Amino acid sequence: MTSVHTTVDDRRRAPATSVGARRRALSIAGLIAGVIIAILLSLAFGSRTVSMAEIIDGVTSWVQGQTPSHIGAIAVQARIPRTVLAIMAGAALALSGALMQAITRNPIADPGILGVNTGAALAVVCGIAFFGITSPYEYLWLALGGAILTSIFVYNVGSVGPGGSTPIKLALAGAATTAALGSLVSAVLLPRTAAMDTFRFWQIGGVGGADWGTMAVIAPLLVAGTLVAFICAPGLNALALGDDVAVGLGVRIGRTRLLAAVAGVVLCAAVTAVAGPIAFVGLMVPHVVRMLVGPDQRWMMPLSALGGAILLTLADTIGRLIGYPGETEAGIVTAFVGAPVLVIIARRSRMRAL
Amino acid sequence: MTAQHQLTAEALVSGYGNRTIVDGVDLELAAGRITVIVGANACGKSTLLKTLARLIKPTSGAVVLDGKLISELHTKQLARTLGLLPQQPIAPEGIAVADLVGRGRHPHQKLFQSWTTDDDRAVVEALDATGIADLADRSVDELSGGQRQRVWIAMALAQQTDILLLDEPTTFLDIAHQVEVLDLLTDLNHRRGTTIVMVLHDVNLAIRYADTIVAVKDGKVLAMGEPSEVVTCTLIEEVFGLPNSITADPVSGKPMVTPIGRHHVRLTQSATHPS
Repeated sequence: MTSVHTTVDDRRRAPATSVGARRRALSIAGLIAGVIIAILLSLAFGSRTVSMAEIIDGVTSWVQGQTPSHIGAIAVQARIPRTVLAIMAGAALALSGALMQAITRNPIADPGILGVNTGAALAVVCGIAFFGITSPYEYLWLALGGAILTSIFVYNVGSVGPGGSTPIKLALAGAATTAALGSLVSAVLLPRTAAMDTFRFWQIGGVGGADWGTMAVIAPLLVAGTLVAFICAPGLNALALGDDVAVGLGVRIGRTRLLAAVAGVVLCAAVTAVAGPIAFVGLMVPHVVRMLVGPDQRWMMPLSALGGAILLTLADTIGRLIGYPGETEAGIVTAFVGAPVLVIIARRSRMRAL
Repeated sequence: MTAQHQLTAEALVSGYGNRTIVDGVDLELAAGRITVIVGANACGKSTLLKTLARLIKPTSGAVVLDGKLISELHTKQLARTLGLLPQQPIAPEGIAVADLVGRGRHPHQKLFQSWTTDDDRAVVEALDATGIADLADRSVDELSGGQRQRVWIAMALAQQTDILLLDEPTTFLDIAHQVEVLDLLTDLNHRRGTTIVMVLHDVNLAIRYADTIVAVKDGKVLAMGEPSEVVTCTLIEEVFGLPNSITADPVSGKPMVTPIGRHHVRLTQSATHPS
């Protein structure tokens, strides 16, 4: 075990621990660089690989609203919407995951823990099977509605009884609801092959179908969710020490937990509505970020957003390469990377929480 | 510096669900003194402390701070006067000592306001007072039980409240660390005039460190006052249901309870047996 040697003078400045501060600065710089690299890679690779000059040409002409003449720059322009969606969705999912882990004090909680994904899936399935819905805009509202209704239900079930919404009750209510709704999804789908085909496109999460229209619908939700998340950060830091300590520190624990849950659900539901359920980003990224900068939510949240943006953008890019000449959806790639990471987390983590 | 804040319980009744645990307690907690609550397991001493700390809402009666109901005070404002260290706080994995202590500053911070020099000073003082300044950068996970309890007390100190409530701050500590923690709290009381109210398991340590001792049985206060005045054989027998002998503590001169069990009793002492 290495101990940190500090002089007495250093110790006087203890709170902003020198070690922690340097680590945080490095992590921020690294993650921002990572986002830039991920964007460049996402613009560069696909069925046609382009040069740096073509990327610059494609982006500058896009900014000026022109259609470029040569094919490389056109390919770059075609990749802009999905890159933007990957950044937005990845950041939102990771932030949502950080929130859910903080609320449930459970290191392996993910954004779906309040039933968001299954709720969205059930709504979409019912829309397809019973109302013959096929347009992305209609999926969007169905998925959003289903996700939010389900999480309200889960939150209420998890708040019954003395003590209100404790982490363990929320997690159990979420797991039970997810199982129940999941079987409903199967029940509706199994006898309807046609609906199954339509549903499959939505159900495998990805950003390939990115479209400015649907992105514009969810953008305000993502901004609002992010703001609320940052407002909740100090309260969540206090909640991490246990409900009793948090009350002693003057935190309104019920209100903080509810606000954070609403932010987490809105962020995840909005992304799921547009891109389908994308697993593991919200689980994995906050965990890695926690290892980098420690458990302070005020740092965890912005850094998780950066990390999520990197992960999903890279996953989408890799999906385009390994699936060539077609493409493999980003949700499949994140699941492939995510599953082993989850095993590592489970083996390392002491799971002290809960 | 003396604490001016006065915490009072008036006809306090509280419990969990329909179960009444604290059953009509009137308590005036002496400002600037150390009050220790003792009692048998499940007598309601912890519940009483939790109700005083607003963790449990009273079913009837009231907890009053400086003439105002604590339930009506702004919770963050209240947290600058009334601090609390519960029995089993959770240390987030990988948190550094200084960061954990810094979280005690929460009630003093505004949203989006950065760390101030006041915060800095409070944390350094708390680390110094608890003798853990050299652990500031260490991860809390790596510390021993005794060190960890100091970190939590440091967090409570960083909150800089005039009243500090502690629920069994010595649980899970060996006897040396128990004494260390209680000495630390006494220092704090002497130096800053902090009003300390705590629940303790060990009746002899309670008598030793309390200015005022509160004996609780079945949710009611059985006796309250200076240990040398209220602690008697009969009281201890009544509170704990334990035959005992009381002598003067050779170190402090305060009463010292020696339990009398069914074994290991010398014949000469059998005189103290109620027979």
